[in-house]
Amino acid sequence: MPSVVRAPIRESVRVVGGPDGRIAGPGMAGDGLGLFHRLRLQAPAVADAARPGQFVHVRCAPPGQWDPLLRRPLSLHRIDRSRGEIEVLFRVVGRGTGFLAGLAAGDEVDLIGPLGQGFPTDLAPGETAVLVAGGIGVAPLVALAEELAAKGAPLVAAAGAQTAEGLLAVESLGKAAGEVLTATDDGSAGHRGFVTEVLAGLLDHVARPVVYACGPEPMLRRVQAMLAEEGRRRRGYLSLETRMACGVGACLGCAIRQAKPGTAYYHVCHDGPVFAAEEVVLGG
Amino acid sequence: MADLGVVFAGLKLKNPVMTASGTFGYGREYGRFFALGGLGAVVTKGITLEARAGNPGPRVVETPAGMLNSIGLENPGVERFIDEELPSLRQAGAPVIVNVSGHTVDEYGEVAARLDTAGGVAALEINVSCPNVDQGGMAFGVDPATVATVVGGCRRRTRLPLITKLTPNVTDLTVIARAAVDAGSDALSLINTLVGMVIDPVARKPVLPRTVGGLSGPAVRPVAVRAVYEVAAAVDRPIIGLGGVATAEDALQFIMAGASAVAVGTAFFVDPLAAVKVVDGLAAWCERHGVDWIGELVGAANPAFKGPRPGRA
Ligand SMILES: Cc1cc2nc3c(=O)[nH]c(=O)nc-3n(C[C@H](O)[C@H](O)[C@H](O)COP(=O)(O)OP(=O)(O)OC[C@H]3O[C@@H](n4cnc5c(N)ncnc54)[C@H](O)[C@@H]3O)c2cc1C
Ligand SMILES: Cc1cc2nc3c(=O)[nH]c(=O)nc-3n(C[C@H](O)[C@H](O)[C@H](O)COP(=O)(O)O)c2cc1C
Ligand code: FES
Repeated sequence: MPSVVRAPIRESVRVVGGPDGRIAGPGMAGDGLGLFHRLRLQAPAVADAARPGQFVHVRCAPPGQWDPLLRRPLSLHRIDRSRGEIEVLFRVVGRGTGFLAGLAAGDEVDLIGPLGQGFPTDLAPGETAVLVAGGIGVAPLVALAEELAAKGAPLVAAAGAQTAEGLLAVESLGKAAGEVLTATDDGSAGHRGFVTEVLAGLLDHVARPVVYACGPEPMLRRVQAMLAEEGRRRRGYLSLETRMACGVGACLGCAIRQAKPGTAYYHVCHDGPVFAAEEVVLGG
Repeated sequence: MADLGVVFAGLKLKNPVMTASGTFGYGREYGRFFALGGLGAVVTKGITLEARAGNPGPRVVETPAGMLNSIGLENPGVERFIDEELPSLRQAGAPVIVNVSGHTVDEYGEVAARLDTAGGVAALEINVSCPNVDQGGMAFGVDPATVATVVGGCRRRTRLPLITKLTPNVTDLTVIARAAVDAGSDALSLINTLVGMVIDPVARKPVLPRTVGGLSGPAVRPVAVRAVYEVAAAVDRPIIGLGGVATAEDALQFIMAGASAVAVGTAFFVDPLAAVKVVDGLAAWCERHGVDWIGELVGAANPAFKGPRPGRA
């Protein structure tokens, strides 16, 4: 378990791009729920310190207002050090993300970050990174793909969603990873079925895969099981979500059960959100 | 500059602003955002005799202007606390108050005794909101006789100042407060969280696995201010007021109700600098209103305030 903690930065940052809502097919409601947005933020200090897989904890109420109370965790979707910018990609699911969707260029955003432990990106010779995204889980994997590509690491990527419209950021992912294999539940794009089925095919062909996965819990559980398969244990990392209060390790609210015997917990904000697949018990 | 220093239960504090137990870990996390020496005191997460893993998740859920938590007293146990956390806390530059928790009467006493000799602990805060395993899990803090037993048990095992932290989930707080004082509590802190529940209609069950959690944040502030006002009129011991303190104006409500000190809790999750801003805001407010010393304001809005006023540090 990684234990190096960088000093988080609290910045009042400015929106420089977005939110650029896009319709997302099923679940889309008249009030903007279900819309995806990308928000580009001028945040030089955060961009400078950030690593793929880390997150920012974003205040979703105007200064001096205490409702909604808690910050919302969002993964770093892109890290642009040269311009001092970061991007987040999010789905509107409630009041917090709804507030962010209402921002405009020039508005101020209060965030803390970068927080947590990112993806380990050192690959041994012969290893290939295999990125697997489910729905909005693509968010942190784009930053990861860009870093891996910049290092010249071999990588392949797969992305899944309910429908073709829910396949997000496939272009950015593709730019870094080359080809992106896709899957949709309804077959409107790519393989008809789960992205984990695409992953199974990749695992059969890639010699020494290192899997990086982010997506809904059932998908991550499936990935975890595939990685643990008898006789062919593989290296893999999962980016997890839990409800959070502080985001910095102080409240112990973001517990996830450790896989080692006993009943101890990791704290997703501090020990994660990225964990080695065999370290955690999902849904506990 | 207005004087914010107070003597609270024998402790000299730079200012009357502390941290609320369980919202500040052992000081490490927020110590990366500001110097802990700027606080009146640091109050730690609750410590038990043995390590505790805590409850399964989800452990937190947001509510209107507040949140519920069901952490389950996750902590490393008193020995590891002393070995691993206390050394850096001693360097914090602010008095360290350790929150003592337990599940049996004896456990509280054992923890108190161990901390008595640890060195570098300024006072103990006894968290009587924990479930009493010997009595079917009912909180110690809802029964005056049990509170007296817990506090008395700690009193016999330590000379450190004892602050009893009261739960608001009772019919009459003043009865419990008197029981704590009669059993040797030097001071009181209130309030701990209010028991609450959130149900997920889709899942048709409570969101928290333990069904209930503790409500905190600005949502509870009026309940907490009322509680301090009542208790300050009933007992003559200094009080730490807490529950939803987020700004200097909030802190002033508690102080004027009769609290000699206040603690910032859930507000840290919103703004890591909340306590620093409360300290600065209190100084600015006193300046603006011609108040030389913060202690003058203690009980100012409470005609029945029994005292004592804090000492001038
Ligand atoms: C480390 C981490 C990284 C994340 N990265 C992204 C991302 O890049 N893009 C994205 O769209 N979403 C991401 N999420 C999920 C995102 O935090 C939630 O969608 C968001 O908090 C919902 O807030 P809301 O007010 O709109 O929804 P509401 O449902 O109204 O929120 C109510 C409360 O529940 C919490 N909550 C609700 N859903 C989640 C969830 N899935 N995970 C954690 N807390 C939740 C909220 O934070 C809030 O406290 C991430 C979560 C974590 C833990
Ligand atoms: C996440 C969390 C953990 C807490 N843990 C403890 C604890 O270990 N011991 C204790 O006496 N109080 C604990 N409390 C209660 C707080 O110290 C405080 O009494 C309460 O939250 C009200 O203050 P606030 O609204 O400012 O947070 C906890 C509160 C929260 C939110
Ligand atoms: S959210 Fe507070 S410890 Fe992780």
